[in-house]
Amino acid sequence: MRIRHAGDAMLLVELEQVIDPVVNQRAIELGRLLRARDVPGVRDIVPGYCSLGIHFDPLRTDLVALERAIREDASVAGRVVSLPEPVVHEIPVVYGGAVGPDLQAVADFAGCSPAEVIERHAAVTYRVYMLGFVPGFAYLGRVNASIAAPRRRVPRDVVPAGSLGIAGEQTGVYPAATPGGWQIIGRTSVVMFDAARTPASLLAPGDLVHFVPR
Amino acid sequence: MKATGFLRVVRAGLLTTVQDLGRWSHQLEAVPVAGVMDVYSHRLANHLVGNAQEAATLEVTLIGPELEVEADTVMAVAGADFDLTCGNVAVASGTTFAARRGEVLRFGRRHLGARAYLAVAGGGILTPPVLGSRATHTVTHMGGLGGRALVAGDVVPVAPKATCAPNRARGLTLPTGGRARLRVMPGPQDDWFGPDAWHALTSVSFRISPRSNRMGYRLEGPPLAHARSGEPISEPVTMGALQVPAAGEPILLMADRQTAGGYPKMGHVITADLCLAAQLTPGEFIEFDRCTYREAVAALIARERELMAQMTHPREGRIVR
Repeated sequence: MRIRHAGDAMLLVELEQVIDPVVNQRAIELGRLLRARDVPGVRDIVPGYCSLGIHFDPLRTDLVALERAIREDASVAGRVVSLPEPVVHEIPVVYGGAVGPDLQAVADFAGCSPAEVIERHAAVTYRVYMLGFVPGFAYLGRVNASIAAPRRRVPRDVVPAGSLGIAGEQTGVYPAATPGGWQIIGRTSVVMFDAARTPASLLAPGDLVHFVPR
Repeated sequence: MKATGFLRVVRAGLLTTVQDLGRWSHQLEAVPVAGVMDVYSHRLANHLVGNAQEAATLEVTLIGPELEVEADTVMAVAGADFDLTCGNVAVASGTTFAARRGEVLRFGRRHLGARAYLAVAGGGILTPPVLGSRATHTVTHMGGLGGRALVAGDVVPVAPKATCAPNRARGLTLPTGGRARLRVMPGPQDDWFGPDAWHALTSVSFRISPRSNRMGYRLEGPPLAHARSGEPISEPVTMGALQVPAAGEPILLMADRQTAGGYPKMGHVITADLCLAAQLTPGEFIEFDRCTYREAVAALIARERELMAQMTHPREGRIVR
């Protein structure tokens, strides 16, 4: 583990730089422990795939005490060797057709039929590694390597809300209409993000997701 | 606090948004922080009218608005230097002034700086908070007035306060000559760049591209070559990050940045200097100096002292017109 400065208002805790469920769980766990301490001056604690960002007010934070807290909690979080009982979400999806315009392109990439792409995509229990890009957008892994098509060469100006995409071994649902370059293979009507809801995001780091073809 | 009056937008200006200190503690859900670009001037404007620093202000960008005041209230503007009139009478930036119901506050010619902050006495702009903040993030349509910049005809809720002790302040020392020197702390991926990139970053003026906005400034200059291939695994990012995509054109992340990113970050502009960055316009220039964490904190303490020295007690009496 390394604690690095990302400017004067954020510490970045770097774990082993791999995309791995156990390492990711350590980052999430470390974030949870630190959040519970409610350290004065800390404004936000944000887990990544294998890192943790700790945003703080430099004028209100005792950095020595914060780093000590990180090391203490990391020794506890570092003992995570198996995954806790996660929250599991079932998300119904209509694959292909007008709402999955890139399903055929992914099938061509995989050298299989669109039906087989759907089967391989829906067969996996995905882990939420982190959220990013736009509110409620969860990076899910891992996609079966045979259907792990790269991003579109030319991104779309608008991807509709609820669109389910693939980008390499990542998959995810666009919570809102945004520009996007992922291969769109389906759509869900589940609301992924609603600022009026607590928590606003349906998915949180560490959750598991099943996509259910409809 | 309940809104008891409002400002009516006659002309919106180029980009006028409701902002506060930002939407913190929801980045786990990928909710961007947003908030003011120049926290120094926002705080000063709030102080002048007796508001807490958390109160929302209107951030005015390059071309200012015209606002009809629908209640008697005291206001103040800080930050970029605009010609200002209220009820056709000139008022000064950095000075509390009273506006009467029906008068129009007009932002005229801009002389220096890019962004000004309008604070309204009595608790500031009172659009409904979203996830604990009134900050507008136009990209995700969150906060402020309908998640967007103001447009003509909008009605901006406030809780006006007609009396307030008079106060004035010099304000932030704005960058002049179309350039500013900003200090950069290396890291966390400084080891992705060789000595040539560091030499280029600290010896050349970078021009702020027209394709710059509240999310980030694209900087035109010599490409900053990566010393290795690939990309780091996506990780949390913050304001001030100097991220460098493979093509070598650096992007300085500003208030509306996303919560995470996967480009190597050569360094971060220090907090003390971000208010200067916020006052630069596209086409102007940035020069970078390397600094350490200790220097960054010392600079921030100096900046805070400078602000505190300006946050003097108001003079005796009340604003009368």
